Amino acid sequence: MFKRTDPPDCTITWDGRELPARNGESLATALLAAGVLHFRETPVSGAARGPLCLMGACFDCLVELDGQPNVQACMTPVRPGLVAAPQRGIRGLPEVEDAA
Amino acid sequence: MERYDVAIIGGGMVGTAIGYGCAGHGARVAVLDEGDVALRASRGNFGLVWGQSKGDNMPAYAAWTRRSIALWPDLAERVSVLAGRDVQYRQVGGLTFCLDEQELVARRDFVHRRHNQGHASVRMLDRRELEELMPGCPLGPDVSGASYDPNDGHVDPLTLLRGLHAGLRAAGGAHLPGAPLDAIEPAAGGYRLRRADGSELLAARVVVAAGVATTPIAAMIGLDVPVRPVRGQNIVTERLAPILPKPASAIRQTGDGTVQIGVTNEDDGSFETPTTTAALAGMAARALRVLPPLAQARMVRSWAALRPMTPDGCPAYAESATHPGCFVAVCHSGVTLAAVHAGPLAEAVLSGAVAEIAAELHPSRFVGMTHVQAH
Repeated sequence: MFKRTDPPDCTITWDGRELPARNGESLATALLAAGVLHFRETPVSGAARGPLCLMGACFDCLVELDGQPNVQACMTPVRPGLVAAPQRGIRGLPEVEDAA
Repeated sequence: MERYDVAIIGGGMVGTAIGYGCAGHGARVAVLDEGDVALRASRGNFGLVWGQSKGDNMPAYAAWTRRSIALWPDLAERVSVLAGRDVQYRQVGGLTFCLDEQELVARRDFVHRRHNQGHASVRMLDRRELEELMPGCPLGPDVSGASYDPNDGHVDPLTLLRGLHAGLRAAGGAHLPGAPLDAIEPAAGGYRLRRADGSELLAARVVVAAGVATTPIAAMIGLDVPVRPVRGQNIVTERLAPILPKPASAIRQTGDGTVQIGVTNEDDGSFETPTTTAALAGMAARALRVLPPLAQARMVRSWAALRPMTPDGCPAYAESATHPGCFVAVCHSGVTLAAVHAGPLAEAVLSGAVAEIAAELHPSRFVGMTHVQAH
């Protein structure tokens, strides 16, 4: 669907797979360039979603980044070795006991 | 020149509710709206439909609020259809948390006072009762109790505004944004309204519902209505799994999962709407004492909005003595009062009976008052 204008120069890990990317481009761009359209699953219906606005407004490109949920892929610069995965459903706050 | 039965000055929550109500009774309505440069409280508010704290020392305001809450379920149903989506009105009861003994004592006194003034539905809950009311809710150890009113609830205020506008249009009303109002002048059969873009229209009746801009516009119809801007800051978090089942003063989880945190009452006379790190940090710190797990949640946005505040913090409604058929309606509770504004107030505008439904809320009571008091 998308064609790169500049070649990849590093790799990132997406959902356990290695994908080519360019240092400094947005994570959303890297995923789209690698053919990934399914970034997250909605909390309500579980339907697949991907980037819409690519400028930080729509929150449709949420992923889990290095274990941190609900991160906007379009606002995240790629660095070599970055590890990300789809955001599946709504974020809970699992460490309730510790925090309290 | 276009001629209307009712011209409303202000396209926010108050003006649109009145316009929707008047149009629903067959009146030809125009809502004049300054546009997106207006300082809209309607787009920055907290979204509570709330009676427990309203009308201390002003029983007429408390009764008016209760009347609106009684009409809210019907309004919510209609507005959801009009908006094309659920307005998310949830009358699940509302809380005001107390975080130490001093707050608990003060709140208990407040609740006693409300009872003495006829507001019987609010009561105090201790820590154990709170836990029984919200099993599994991870309240922090500082939460010692709360006041609780089962009639209180919350709503999505942006969908409410959208639904009121849709209702206005569906009933044949016109929304005319884009220019401030310059003048209201008596003319044959009513009043001629002149706008800054040079356009003019005629209306038999005029309702000034201009929020923080009320004072100069009410003066055009011979009414002295002192209104000050009181800034409130807000935080909203990322969307989270359910954590707080009931709305509370200054903290609620919206139907979309975000947690909204308020709130400040900054009365510095400024019409600017900045947020400040100090205020946001203070609000967040208090929210963390209520719900410690929020320490892991991220804030996605903060904003400030200006409440239109009268000297006693209560609404003002009146028909002008010098300009019969011209009215003013101003309050800081446009969400809670939307149901009475769309219902009884709109009917009173059409029948001319505003003085009968809101005699004690006439702005003449402000004479001699200088400072914004409790609200």
